[in-house]
Amino acid sequence: MGFLNYAWEILPTLAVGVKFTMIITAASMGLAAVIAVLVALGKMYGPKPVQAFCSFYIELFRGTPLLVQLFIIYYGLPEVGLNFTSLIAAIVGFGLNSGAYQAEYLRGAIQSIKKGQLQAARSVGMSFLESLRTIVLPQAFRRVIPSWSNDVIYTLKYTSVAFMIGAQELTSVGKILAGRFFRFTDTFIVVGVIYLILVYIFSKSVDKLEKTLRIPGFEMRE
Amino acid sequence: MGPILDQLTILWNNSDALLKGLEVTLELGFSFFALGFVLAILIALGIVYGPKYMSSAFSGFSWIFRSLPAIILLFIFYYGPSKVGVNISPFWAAMLALGLRHAGYQTHYFRGAIQSIGTGQLEAARSLGLSLPRSLFEVILPQMLRFSLPASANEYAITIKDTSLAFSIGVVEILQQGNYIIAREYNPLTIYITIAIIYWIITRAGTRFFAYLENRYMVPGFELER
Repeated sequence: MGFLNYAWEILPTLAVGVKFTMIITAASMGLAAVIAVLVALGKMYGPKPVQAFCSFYIELFRGTPLLVQLFIIYYGLPEVGLNFTSLIAAIVGFGLNSGAYQAEYLRGAIQSIKKGQLQAARSVGMSFLESLRTIVLPQAFRRVIPSWSNDVIYTLKYTSVAFMIGAQELTSVGKILAGRFFRFTDTFIVVGVIYLILVYIFSKSVDKLEKTLRIPGFEMRE
Repeated sequence: MGPILDQLTILWNNSDALLKGLEVTLELGFSFFALGFVLAILIALGIVYGPKYMSSAFSGFSWIFRSLPAIILLFIFYYGPSKVGVNISPFWAAMLALGLRHAGYQTHYFRGAIQSIGTGQLEAARSLGLSLPRSLFEVILPQMLRFSLPASANEYAITIKDTSLAFSIGVVEILQQGNYIIAREYNPLTIYITIAIIYWIITRAGTRFFAYLENRYMVPGFELER
């Protein structure tokens, strides 16, 4: 069977994998966004112990390999009585990891907004949280979009290691098919092309999002 | 304290295996990093100063290697050559796959650094009679390497950890040695946490080294404006 026929044949099965890759990516990105906001704010404005904890968290998850983190969550934590299914372990692992990176990007974006704005908001009578929520964060979120999208793409690609803890995503489906038909190279080329398409579609949509959300006159100066 | 002491004893008894794994990890890490670094210099120069077809071919190469998951590259480089009758060892497959991927990312930073230098310098060097290769290597390259150091440090911190993926194609690096120990002792938590700490040290030592380079080779008055 030629390459194209083979690719056509395995495509429907791979589509199931794509679905799970998207689910893992989307769910872990949602988790990461929440973590990033909390950790970034905690590291900047929290009391000393909270700041220390947030720094430790960031250092821990940025300094060690994602794969080892996944192994600790999936194989290690059951030792202390915490059991996850592989799908949940993957979502938690990618979410915690990406949250650490995104927290740093967000912190950078918040710091790039002049202090005077927060002071001005406070002096017209807004509470601290209110001024963060309505003045600082809306600007910071816009500025963080480029690095955020890089990280989403990074996670989208990195979900491919989830097969090592048994999650059924695109690469794991590809691996099963490759073994069944004994066509490793062909299968992984098809899988690779699918990843390329996913990454391309995503980065184009983020560019569009960035343009839609842009406020004229408030662009980041390059 | 009993269980912790037991775990430490197991670690001590298996430290040989972990050290052997660490050696392979470092070997793989250094070789793929060096390969990517050197390739990226050539590709970046090709993109900025090469003819149009070369420029777009190299950009495409860089994009593809940045956009494919590392694990897929590992599989393609490991299984691919055997399809045309070439047998490749897992170590070499991992080195090539990770090295080319690293080149894809690093090219991006080098290109940015070259573009921040400005075209006037190259024109000046050429007008003084330096050949194109000489002006590239003596005028542009030293500045490019300096300017890209912070980004390279960042990239190092991200990519060095990807050596942990190589065990999936059979490279017996530290994670795989750890898996062997776990298969015997059934203590995943201890072993994986130990490996995480070792990786953390490798990552930090590397970024420290880059910070040292940055300091050592900084030319006063020629810093990038921030």
